[in-house]
Amino acid sequence: MNPNPLSRHRDGAMAAVKGRSLWDDARRRLMRNRAAVTSMVVLIVLVAAAIVGPYLTPFRYDVINKNDVWMAPMTGGHLLGTDSLGRDLLARLLIGLRVSLAIGVVATSVSLVVGVVWGATAGYIGGATDEVMMRIVDVLYSLPFIFFVILLMVTFGSNIVLIFVAIGAVEWLTMSRIVRGQTLSLKQKEFIEAARANGLDRGAIVRRHIVPNLLGPVVVYVTLTIPAIILAESFLSFLGLGVQPPMASLGTLIANGAQDMELAPWLLIFPSVTMVATLMCFNFIGDGLRDAIDPKDR
Amino acid sequence: MFRFLLRRLMVAIPTLFVVITVAFFMMRAAPGNPFDLDRKLPPEIEANVKKKFHMDEPLVQQYGRYLAGVAHGDFGPSLKYRDKSVLDVLKENYRVSLTLGLISITLASLVGVSLGILAALRQNGALDYSVMAIAILGVCISTFVTAPLLQLVFGSKLGWLPIAGWDNGALKNLVLPVIVLSLPQIAIISRLTRAGMIEVLHSNYVRTARAKGLPEHRIVSRHALRAALLPLVSYLGPACAGLLTGSLVVEKIFGLPGLGKFFVLSALQRDYTVVMGMVIIYAALILALNLAADLLYAALDPRVRVS
Repeated sequence: MNPNPLSRHRDGAMAAVKGRSLWDDARRRLMRNRAAVTSMVVLIVLVAAAIVGPYLTPFRYDVINKNDVWMAPMTGGHLLGTDSLGRDLLARLLIGLRVSLAIGVVATSVSLVVGVVWGATAGYIGGATDEVMMRIVDVLYSLPFIFFVILLMVTFGSNIVLIFVAIGAVEWLTMSRIVRGQTLSLKQKEFIEAARANGLDRGAIVRRHIVPNLLGPVVVYVTLTIPAIILAESFLSFLGLGVQPPMASLGTLIANGAQDMELAPWLLIFPSVTMVATLMCFNFIGDGLRDAIDPKDR
Repeated sequence: MFRFLLRRLMVAIPTLFVVITVAFFMMRAAPGNPFDLDRKLPPEIEANVKKKFHMDEPLVQQYGRYLAGVAHGDFGPSLKYRDKSVLDVLKENYRVSLTLGLISITLASLVGVSLGILAALRQNGALDYSVMAIAILGVCISTFVTAPLLQLVFGSKLGWLPIAGWDNGALKNLVLPVIVLSLPQIAIISRLTRAGMIEVLHSNYVRTARAKGLPEHRIVSRHALRAALLPLVSYLGPACAGLLTGSLVVEKIFGLPGLGKFFVLSALQRDYTVVMGMVIIYAALILALNLAADLLYAALDPRVRVS
């Protein structure tokens, strides 16, 4: 929900006393990265538009107006034109952006929570538990993603909550692998040993020491997961399995625009540009964060 | 080497078994069955049809029967396409996906690796920045944006290429789908290659090679490339599986009769056996390609040689 990833950093600096200067360093490096900073500004604007925009447009996204179909942009008060049912594209674009961003954030949160808990537990406990938990991940990896989703959609009918769950349920796999790898190396560190010597129980060690120290790689992966999920949702919507009309997402808008592209190219172009811009922002921020937190990769 | 292979197979077979089990019961848990979708059958006929396909038995018994069949290489009859086995149905559909997938992955590897090497050799130069810009764009502009745009420009505006259709794999029908499928792969592959190459070019043994006075092209081709391609090897395995089993979106947009499109259709129609067949093929492909990637990895990098 938080559009500004920097606030995360400050939390991290509070939690890890020793790492404070490291996070300050990272922030300075991030702020020097022009692509990342520009992306953050653009993304804040996009998020703000998605949150408040739908209340400000003169037209509603779902009102059909048979007299105003195929209006070109900048005509009849429709800034971005209208679609085949006379609905205002700007209003639909804003609501679509809201839906896509919401799905991205919620599904990422699902994958974040499940992936971190799963990976940290497997990595910390180790041994047979680790083996079993990671085999489960391997098995889920070899199931075709679209198979899961189609089954879920046909079983429960397609609704937005289900899309969140379905996509999140697939995306946590990579997260859990990353977290497990990090946990394995953290486990060897002296401060964990000290915590154990102090008599802290396993759960508390994982919660208080392992998870906060995983923050760096996890934050980077989160900023790269959100665009991946927005893309996945768009694929589903494009295939008619995602968001159902009159609700819109960037995927459904592009799918509809593609059908009418000869007659009304603006219906394809504006949603496409919005989606590409959104995804690029997340990718630049993710890359910037990675360079900032782990500069040796540059 | 042989022991490594054997151990990996020992893991792969139970994995495949679990995949089959999960998929089987998930599929059956979904409401509806293959015979109630179009028009309602009279109850006696439906009972007969179900009996014919052993669907009147308890689920666990059906599952046992199915497993036994698969173990003997028999994937059963299709429930929707009368008098055809699952293998017949798949055979009819795999050609499109296989052709497109092979051409795309080959093209993407060639172009992606070349671009990645060039970018790494000119790190922070103009060429590097343009390649990286293309790479970021390629990841962000998804296939369902590029495909309609290319159709619009080359299909209807310029009229150079057909907008859609397969036409028995005619070259001009292949061009647009292959480009659309390759672009995101080129983006990812060039990024991976560039990152790997830059790291390797800073390593000690490359410095040694330089100190020996080897010409740059030899350093790149003989010393650096091998190690730089390692990350790519582990990426290509799953990517191949995805491309070979068909890309839903591209097949749908270009109206191609491939596996991806067929898979969705079969799932919606509850053609249980066909869907199961495709799930098994996909899972087996992923396992096999991952294994191949690991073997290749070991062949390229003596340090990880089969521990």
